[in-house]
Amino acid sequence: MSSAVTSGLSPVRHVLSNGVAAIVQETAFSPAVTINLAFHAGSLYEPDDRVGLASFLARVIDRGTETRSADDIADILDDRGVVPKVSVNRHVLTLACTCLSEDFDDVLALLADVARHPSFPDNEIEKRRAETITAIRQDEDNPGVRAGESLQALLYGPDHPYGRPAKGRVETVERFSRADLMAHHAARFAPATLFVVIAGEVRAADAIARVDRMFSDWKGSPSRDRGVPAVPARASRRQTIVEMPDKPQADIAYGFTSISRLDPSYHSHWVMNTILGQFGLGGRLAENIRERQGMAYYVFSSFDPSLGPGPLVIRAGVDPGNVERTIAAIDAEVGALGREGATARELEETRRYLIGSIPRMLENNPNIATFLQTAEFFGLGLDYDRRLPALLQAVTLADVNAAAAGVLDPARAAIAVAGPTVARVEP
Amino acid sequence: MAPPEILQPSRVRTVHLDNGLKILVQELHTSPLVSVWCWYRVGSGDESPGHTGVSHWVEHMNFKGTAHIPRDEMKGIVERFGGSWNGYTWIDQTTYLETAGHDALDTLLFIEAERMAYGLYEPEDCESERTVIISELQGGENDPDQLLDTEVTASAFRAHPYRHPTIGWIDDLRSMTRDDLFSHYRRHYVPGNATLVVVGDVDTEDVLKRAEAHFGKIPPSLRPVRHRPLEPQQIGERRVLLEREGTTAYLKCVWHAPGVGDPDFFPLLVLDAALTGAKGVNLWTSFRGTPPQRKARLYTALVERGLASVVSGSLVATHEPFLYNISLTAMDGVALSSLEEALTVEIERVRQHGLAEEEVARAKRQLRARLVFENDSVTNVAHQLGYFETVAGPGVFETVGSRVQAVTAPQVADAASRLLANDKRTVGWFRPLRPAA
Repeated sequence: MSSAVTSGLSPVRHVLSNGVAAIVQETAFSPAVTINLAFHAGSLYEPDDRVGLASFLARVIDRGTETRSADDIADILDDRGVVPKVSVNRHVLTLACTCLSEDFDDVLALLADVARHPSFPDNEIEKRRAETITAIRQDEDNPGVRAGESLQALLYGPDHPYGRPAKGRVETVERFSRADLMAHHAARFAPATLFVVIAGEVRAADAIARVDRMFSDWKGSPSRDRGVPAVPARASRRQTIVEMPDKPQADIAYGFTSISRLDPSYHSHWVMNTILGQFGLGGRLAENIRERQGMAYYVFSSFDPSLGPGPLVIRAGVDPGNVERTIAAIDAEVGALGREGATARELEETRRYLIGSIPRMLENNPNIATFLQTAEFFGLGLDYDRRLPALLQAVTLADVNAAAAGVLDPARAAIAVAGPTVARVEP
Repeated sequence: MAPPEILQPSRVRTVHLDNGLKILVQELHTSPLVSVWCWYRVGSGDESPGHTGVSHWVEHMNFKGTAHIPRDEMKGIVERFGGSWNGYTWIDQTTYLETAGHDALDTLLFIEAERMAYGLYEPEDCESERTVIISELQGGENDPDQLLDTEVTASAFRAHPYRHPTIGWIDDLRSMTRDDLFSHYRRHYVPGNATLVVVGDVDTEDVLKRAEAHFGKIPPSLRPVRHRPLEPQQIGERRVLLEREGTTAYLKCVWHAPGVGDPDFFPLLVLDAALTGAKGVNLWTSFRGTPPQRKARLYTALVERGLASVVSGSLVATHEPFLYNISLTAMDGVALSSLEEALTVEIERVRQHGLAEEEVARAKRQLRARLVFENDSVTNVAHQLGYFETVAGPGVFETVGSRVQAVTAPQVADAASRLLANDKRTVGWFRPLRPAA
């Protein structure tokens, strides 16, 4: 029924009169559909004394509506094998799920009800609160999470929305009330903050008609959009150590703040990060630390720009006795790429790799939905997957080297280590 | 009313080369991609004491360069086609995969033929990989849940080699030599012990022609014989208590589970779906994310009542009887004894009374949907074909959907009462000790 995806995406976009945007891509992989309801309602919009509220709302929102109990919702989901995944990043809260094509209408109707009319029953709030506190306690025992969260706080400051722990803290979660949840919902869930992305074996016209039926009568406007607070410039190197003496392995998080996703040099930074810590086993970093020195099973860098300047983060898990050597090796690779830049061969093979990866990024319905959601959020256009090869091809060696010089400087690195500190780390 | 059949019959072509290599090809023209997997019938269940972890270490060595692919050219050979590559080892199997643009087909077949016959195993590469693997092991041990899993699995088996972790015991990793690795490689990496799977935007005849060109010259060799001692019948409950610094308590309860070829396997799969939510049968996608479980018995009895924050069940298709595993994360402040007691009550209830018809029907509907979701890409389809061919044997994968649908409530009740007895279980506790101030 649907056309196969063989030469790029061909999504259909339609905006309802109240501002809800719907983007639909027909595919023919399997008789299933992925639905993402994305709201501009991420952790950025939490009140400063309610850290973790957006994440907590994500746990409770699908546990009751004005007309459906938690048990009614569970019946609809479990009978169809469907699991809503409600995820939150700094800017967006996404209600996502994959269902059989035959269940599309029922599942979209349920998601629309959950998004528009959640009731946040008190008993559900208490159950999910206990789960959240348990999950935060688990994080406290996880060197990977501890190093990652410590680094975010070092990079952005502990009170900046990009620097705070997503789940919040035990003392904030203990205080969340039904009124807090209702207030966040009222402020940020509105037609103008919603975009619906659908990918799967469904007719685009039918899907848009269903979205129209579920959302066109929705009125209301959100609270004012909140900009990203300024990120303090850091001129010096800084580090923190989280002592976890009983753990066999230490986790290192080493990073910088970088650019916004809207920055014109985004694609140069993407290529630069791939060379540093992605290509093959993990770029130059893995070549040094894993392949030559045999110190780590995983070492890589990731680059996560958003509306504000996102982090570029290097991660490695190593024997506690090798922490110092590993940080020295990261310094060496970061310093070399920052000062001397990449080689022409690296640029060529990385561009070729990234351009060739595009069909893999779109291999199944959930991946396509995520790709289109990102494109919609940042305003990249419906044809972004088709323009992407030329955008990457246009990146020059000078562009990559400028990106590297702008971000990578060991003298300005932030470093967090969690684990047993056999070796002391000198700043 | 029976649900309409949505699992499409797979159009797989099976061919054997003269040297014994089995090849499965399925054309799927939904993306301009090809996924190539080469499966070996060897895993940690084929290892002996002193050499635990050898299969997994060999897997690592097979990314290090071959006679015709120098080590520094290994990096980038798949990336040139926008491809990704990986490999994994488990108790019955070792596999290597690449998914890339369809024009990479010939290169991917070349890589896999090289990997089968011409690995170098340079001594210095073996040494540097030793510490990488020890780092992998220690990273896993940072997670108390994983630590407990290793201990419980080791306690549940007395004789069968499924008892040791796939990554191996640390002392074996410290003492194994390059010759141990190389002889394991040469013994098991032969055409008669392998299955090549190709799925994607390809022409079957073209795949077969190219596969013959790359693999046909590898000499035949006898398929190694599997020597696996039988696990004696368990005659009493076993218990493990781990106490370490930590913040959270974990409980595991495992029972010996039927292999995929046993008539009890699918009834137990349905039972697991009713107890903890349906996962499907794809080793990679099954445990990613939460299953549909809000109506599942253990979720309503343990999570909804505030005793556990997470409940998960795991029954994986294996060649020989492995374990059915129920894992619980205790809610902050809940004692492990209370959690275990509540779990035991639920298990006894299902052993004595089985499931209601509507629970069986829901579990089967969930599994039907999960089988669709887990076959949504060329990579996942290829994984499932190769996995079942290697672990279960020819023709089993195609029957999974219908065998799930054929399960009846009495079969589930019978399997529950026989398999989940208290004297056949192993119980593990992780009790966190608060760090010394």
